[in-house]
Amino acid sequence: MSSKGTLVLGVIGADIHNIGITILAAALRASGFNVVSLGILVSQEEFVKAAVETAADALLVSSLCGHGELDCPGLREKCTEAGIGNILLYVGGNVVVGKQDWEPVAAKFAAMGYDRAYPPGTTPQRVIEDLTADLSARLEARA
Amino acid sequence: MPITLAVDFGSTYTKVVAIDCDDELLVGVAQSPTTVGEGVMIGLERALARLDATSGVKRGDITRSVASSSAAGGLRMVAIGLVPDLTAEAARRAALGAGAKVLRAFAYELSRRDLDELARLAPDMILLSGGTDGGERKTIIRNASALAAAHLQAPIVVAGNRAAEDEVEAILGQAGLDCTIVENVLPELDRLNVEPARAAIRSIFMKRITHAKGLDQAEAVVGRIVMPTPMAVLEGARLLAAGDSGAGMGDLVVVDVGGATTDVHSIGSGAPSTPGLVSRGLPEPFAKRTVEGDLGIRVNAPTIVETAGIARVVSGLGERMNGDQILDRVRQLAVEIDRVPREESEHDLDAVLAGLAIDIALERHAGQVTTSYTPMGPVQLLHGKDLSAVATVIGTGGVFAYGRHPRRMLEAACYSPESPTSLRPRDPALLIDRRYILFAIGLLAQIAPRAAANVMRRHLTKAEDVCDVV
Repeated sequence: MSSKGTLVLGVIGADIHNIGITILAAALRASGFNVVSLGILVSQEEFVKAAVETAADALLVSSLCGHGELDCPGLREKCTEAGIGNILLYVGGNVVVGKQDWEPVAAKFAAMGYDRAYPPGTTPQRVIEDLTADLSARLEARA
Repeated sequence: MPITLAVDFGSTYTKVVAIDCDDELLVGVAQSPTTVGEGVMIGLERALARLDATSGVKRGDITRSVASSSAAGGLRMVAIGLVPDLTAEAARRAALGAGAKVLRAFAYELSRRDLDELARLAPDMILLSGGTDGGERKTIIRNASALAAAHLQAPIVVAGNRAAEDEVEAILGQAGLDCTIVENVLPELDRLNVEPARAAIRSIFMKRITHAKGLDQAEAVVGRIVMPTPMAVLEGARLLAAGDSGAGMGDLVVVDVGGATTDVHSIGSGAPSTPGLVSRGLPEPFAKRTVEGDLGIRVNAPTIVETAGIARVVSGLGERMNGDQILDRVRQLAVEIDRVPREESEHDLDAVLAGLAIDIALERHAGQVTTSYTPMGPVQLLHGKDLSAVATVIGTGGVFAYGRHPRRMLEAACYSPESPTSLRPRDPALLIDRRYILFAIGLLAQIAPRAAANVMRRHLTKAEDVCDVV
């Protein structure tokens, strides 16, 4: 496969905001990633199952309704149980209620096992750069 | 008069249907008990003798023939995949669509116990999948190695990750196993691709399985047995829906109530019929078959009563029998599997049992709606096929050929306010296959689609029109 990697995308939990993920999926595809988009209202179990079946390199979790602190914990642990504990986990959107300082929010999501967390206003380009860097670092580590 | 003969070596009866394709006429129908032990030719000869006696069709009039079979246990298969709700489920659906009886679906890596279970089940064929194209490949390769080491004799159809197929083929080939590689049943997570696996299963069934079961002695008379019976019914349903050249009946549901099982076939996309309904889960096959191995009006009559609850049977019969009387009757039906009702009370019991079987089978086949409460308000999620707008429901099987209450039985397939989340047909035309020829139409779909579709349309009877009173 000549793709830069397989990514599973979805909007987690009871969240139906699909515009962000649609734009992100298009940008990621255009830059050469193999994108598997699960759409909206995706449960953690669906993310894990899709990642197993597609041998995904990363899970990109979108959460815009402010319930990220309810919907996101436990995903890393489920991946570990499913045998894909080392998968890259990214999260982005309006992941917490209201406007909060980003540093502590990022720390919260890092503690949940997410490799990267993005505040509102992040460009797709930044995600593409981070993914490219993180995936090539993993390849080097394996070699 | 050149006759095309369609034959079904069923698990209980061998049926013969004679059609004149030039004049698009149903010339005759006959049946006789299937004879597996003594050789299927005996049952076939008896059915043909009956056809001659009732319709005057001589052996010399038959210019071509085509056959299906579900005798000697039918096509018994095992499906193997990776994730239970993804490739394992996709493989299960492909095998069901090919008319198989799916004994079990295995997921993840096969364990020692799984392999023992496989050996015990002794399937006729195995469908091996796992991984989307370019996705996970280790599991299907390990499972191929495990199957190779287990010395199973069954032919294997491989329909998994394309990136693993060469390795899987080499492993199975080296072990001397009969393996056929086809396109992935789930090439992408949002694309189900069951047709190539279905075609491969059918071809192996035709070339090898019928021979292994000793059903090929009839070949001199009927030619090759080209597909399992349930696939013939599904193909018949598909032809009716699509029409021979476009003008078909549109989306439809067929319920096939047998002595041991109840099959439901739905033809149509099953896409949400109302705005705002969001589809979840694996994509659905356009032609979908489900089979309920626990619901049938003879062998499994006691299971229907157990599943539905005795109270529903008592009230269905208008309290003309009490619970103990009903239990005695259904236990007897489980033994007398070829019993045809004689008295009115037997017809009533058949109708109630069939209605309950259809109700439960549709509950399992049709899509379900669940509500998810989000900060933006409630959202309706669809799991499975939305059959609300399906225009036609057709009943086939013995109980529709001889039964007296077809309408009551088929109404059980429809939407009911008592289970509003089950998306069943809301206002369909209810039709019955009174002559029991739908399988024959499926067999003829390839060789004479126009005649087949026209004959079937002419012989579908409105459920209302058949005697619902004594």
